[in-house]
Amino acid sequence: MQFQLPMTGFVALYVCMLAGFAGWVIIGRVPAILHTPLMSGSNFIHGIVVVGGVFALLNAGTKLEQAIGFFAVLLGAGNAAGGYAVTDRMLAMFQSSATSTHPAKAAHKHPISAKAPVVKKV
Amino acid sequence: MLTALPPFLIVATDLVAAFLFLFGLKRMASPVTASSGISVAGVGMLAAILVSFLYVFGVDPTARPNLAVNVGLVIVALLVGGGAAWWGGKKVAMTAMPQMVALYNGMGGGAAAGIAAMELFGNKTRGGKELTVTLLGALIGAVSLSGSLVAWAKLDGVITKPLQIRGQQLINGAVMLATLAVGGYLVFAAHDGAVLTTVMPARIWFFFGGALLFGILMSLPIGGADMPVLISVYNAFTGLAVGLEGFVLKNPALMVAGMVVGAAGLLLTQLMARAMNRSISKVLFAHFGPAPTHKHGTVVGSLKPVEAADAGIFMRYAHSVIIVPGYGLAVAQGQQKLYEFVKLLQAAGVGVKFAVHPVAGRMPGQMDVLLAEAGVPYDLIFQLEDINAEFEHTDVALVIGANDVVNPAARTEKASPIYGMPILDADKAKKVYVVKRGEGKGYAGIVNALFYAENCQMVYGDAQAVLIKMITAVRGLRARPAGK
Repeated sequence: MQFQLPMTGFVALYVCMLAGFAGWVIIGRVPAILHTPLMSGSNFIHGIVVVGGVFALLNAGTKLEQAIGFFAVLLGAGNAAGGYAVTDRMLAMFQSSATSTHPAKAAHKHPISAKAPVVKKV
Repeated sequence: MLTALPPFLIVATDLVAAFLFLFGLKRMASPVTASSGISVAGVGMLAAILVSFLYVFGVDPTARPNLAVNVGLVIVALLVGGGAAWWGGKKVAMTAMPQMVALYNGMGGGAAAGIAAMELFGNKTRGGKELTVTLLGALIGAVSLSGSLVAWAKLDGVITKPLQIRGQQLINGAVMLATLAVGGYLVFAAHDGAVLTTVMPARIWFFFGGALLFGILMSLPIGGADMPVLISVYNAFTGLAVGLEGFVLKNPALMVAGMVVGAAGLLLTQLMARAMNRSISKVLFAHFGPAPTHKHGTVVGSLKPVEAADAGIFMRYAHSVIIVPGYGLAVAQGQQKLYEFVKLLQAAGVGVKFAVHPVAGRMPGQMDVLLAEAGVPYDLIFQLEDINAEFEHTDVALVIGANDVVNPAARTEKASPIYGMPILDADKAKKVYVVKRGEGKGYAGIVNALFYAENCQMVYGDAQAVLIKMITAVRGLRARPAGK
């Protein structure tokens, strides 16, 4: 078994075509309300480039390659970690009406409106 | 037999990771499952990174003496780069999200370009085809890196004005041509395999320099309003660059992930451009000219100011209210107060909905995130095509910090620069309140006929201050039980 999977021209093109098509179809379904987390989410996914960086840096033969490789892994790791952190934060904020009354908000929520129905009944 | 295990683990894990990316993205297609989607993709990423350490079992003979150092470098780079970005991503304000995404995106492009540089300087590419793909990935990745950094600087306010110089297109074209020529020469020279790319380091440096310069030149003239399109373009670019380097490294996981993101970015770019009524090529190559010399003789009527308190009370007794938030709301940090006001209205039995224009914000969907951050449930937030028909049956449209996206000129005035842009039909509501800091114009610099319309009244002031006044006024009503 090899560490790298060589693909000849046309097989590679097939893979690219199918992947591109899959991306187009999947993203096309995402509602506009989620476009920002989606963009940072897809941004996170191309952070997989860090794996390529690790491979290249491990195979670095010269000082120059080591220096470039170090920055490639540094940047790729930043892409992946940062992309995940912001996407996760944003998505956690999206709540439906049914679930949005989390205790933290309910506590500071209207002391006045809580009284309002009582007033009406009297 | 044992030597076959590490490669198998790597290849199999990468396959699983690629599946998890696609599955995670698919789950992100609905607000209900989105949060788990990113976790699923995150598991894939973590597994792929951990298992990539197994590459130590198959390193190049020339790199074997460096192995210990290289492993150390990998670990340090992963911890420093990942740690710093994680920390930054956890504490960044939601309003600063566009520049953060631009920054992370640039990092990805830089990583792809770096991989390409190592292939070139280490002379690891075989044959003209592979070299061409490497160079193409290097070009796109480097453009994405420098371009994203400029976009970050602009969004963050480091660069405040779009820089437009005479003959810009010519200069950009010349830089691109020179870069491509050097790339073509490298491919040509290495074509028969006799000439190694390593003997031409100067040309490789020149190639990268040209690509980086082009990225800067391409981004500098693009104005603030077009930023959402630019960020999407660079997102697609980085994806493409990663996909191309995946081909060179013979790593299908990179190819698949890169191509998926490339296609997604392209689609998002199109959606954004359409929402702004601008073609992608216009955004990138022909920029908003100097402030449009636009006559506004057609505007009739006058601006009718109203007190915030009166407007607030009017909405309290309305049946239905649609709120149109714009970036001005975010600038005034008024989202929390807005939702507080909305909750008061809801408690009084008013039906409240939010109408969000696709370009409200500095990147696609940013306004939705800002509203979500303030606690607004996503089922109250509606997009343009879903809500536009409802305005005419609505008592009050409350426009806060938005301008061009509710300008009826987009429907009627052929001469207007925004003619044809999809807008929210706020003017069709029975009553329109516009909260605005002053009588200034929007991004496009056009007079808004809506403000002068018969059914429209202006509430002047900072969005947050105005909302506080409205809240106080409505609460004042509730405090008097006999008042109803």
